[in-house]
Amino acid sequence: MSKEHDRGMSVIVKTVTRLTVGLILLYGIYILSHGHVSPGGGFAGGVIIALSFIHLMLAYGKEAALKRIPSQALSFFEGFGAIMFLAIALLGFTGGYFFLNFLPKGEPFKLFSAGIIPLCNIAISLKVGAGLFAIFIALVLLKFEGENK
Amino acid sequence: MTHTLYILCLALFCIGLYCILRKRNIIKIIIGVIISEYAVNLLFILVAYRMQGRSPIYSPDAAIENMVDALPQAVVLTSIVIGLATTALLIAIAMRIYEKYKTFDITKINELRG
Amino acid sequence: MLELYLLLIFMIVGAIVAVELKDLLSSVIAVGAVGLGLSITFIVLKAPDVAITQLVVEILCLIILIRSTLKRDLPFSTSGRWFLNTMIALSFIGIFLFVAYKAIGDLPPFGYPIMKVASTYLKQGLAQTGATNIVASVILDYRAYDTLGEATILFTAVIGVLALVRRIGRKKSVEQEGSDE
Repeated sequence: MSKEHDRGMSVIVKTVTRLTVGLILLYGIYILSHGHVSPGGGFAGGVIIALSFIHLMLAYGKEAALKRIPSQALSFFEGFGAIMFLAIALLGFTGGYFFLNFLPKGEPFKLFSAGIIPLCNIAISLKVGAGLFAIFIALVLLKFEGENK
Repeated sequence: MTHTLYILCLALFCIGLYCILRKRNIIKIIIGVIISEYAVNLLFILVAYRMQGRSPIYSPDAAIENMVDALPQAVVLTSIVIGLATTALLIAIAMRIYEKYKTFDITKINELRG
Repeated sequence: MLELYLLLIFMIVGAIVAVELKDLLSSVIAVGAVGLGLSITFIVLKAPDVAITQLVVEILCLIILIRSTLKRDLPFSTSGRWFLNTMIALSFIGIFLFVAYKAIGDLPPFGYPIMKVASTYLKQGLAQTGATNIVASVILDYRAYDTLGEATILFTAVIGVLALVRRIGRKKSVEQEGSDE
């Protein structure tokens, strides 16, 4: 208990963070998964997911955030998002051309519709979220090193 | 008279341009880049607007007509995220410069190089 | 229409404040105000996708800027060739304004876009892609090459930032692995 409260901000901030960070992550997942039926999409969802981890990091210090999602996982998700997006694009060659919408369209206004667009949203959000969180971690590490000198 | 909003948007861009050209602090220059990027994004969306328009999203209940132009919105959506990534890159370069020269002033950096 | 004028004037005032303040932290906060005003402007202009993205991106940009400027507030001099620098900047802006004045007459009037391509997307987007959000169907189906290029640029920017901080990052990670084991 006391070791956990060494780093980061005060107890009030930590308690509020513990209550809200899951909701922020859930909201990001909602925004990205409903990107094809309502406003939102992969970009906004990915940035909200990155912001939830940044929230955790600002409140608890960088060890707590990096314990939940280590930097190796970040680079894996960054590359996996790019490869997934490119693979979806290349799979379009099974029906004719690059970026063909080869899956069935489904019924409009439903969650599982619109063919490849939800899959592309998931790929984009993985890429954007992992990339922006990696940028943030890199900048924070640089800052800490500069202050120690 | 129909172009007044475009001219206001142009004024916003000129403020960013003045900040880039005139200021010496690197963080101020980055702020100028951000402001001019906002102005460009705003011009795209202003061109896309249509009188009495609706958002380009279909509704299950009512038939929505007279939608605004969806193409500039899609272009701006990618542009915003690219702007964030380039801003982060600029800040990383600025912090490297600070670590090496201990200042954000670009004229001092030129003097130190000799 | 009136609210658009008010929002734009608010953004211009915020931008002037951000440019002219001496305190770096205050000017960063003023930029945040300009970005949030831009987000509201997008909602008024019927672009909810762009408004959501602008809102969250603005918050992240603000956090990064504050982290980089905290405790580094340096007084910067305005002495030296003040007059020459200002005249060069103003003349450059004057040339730009002249070109922009020539170009802005060719834009369609506000509120009446041309929409030659977008009318096809709006009419056939639901039938061809099945997505009810036309913006999503444009960025991920009709014009997915744009998104692929955006992903490439983002990847390059992330690699650039990691390369700029690489030496310190590697040393930190080695220490961390040593402490964990």
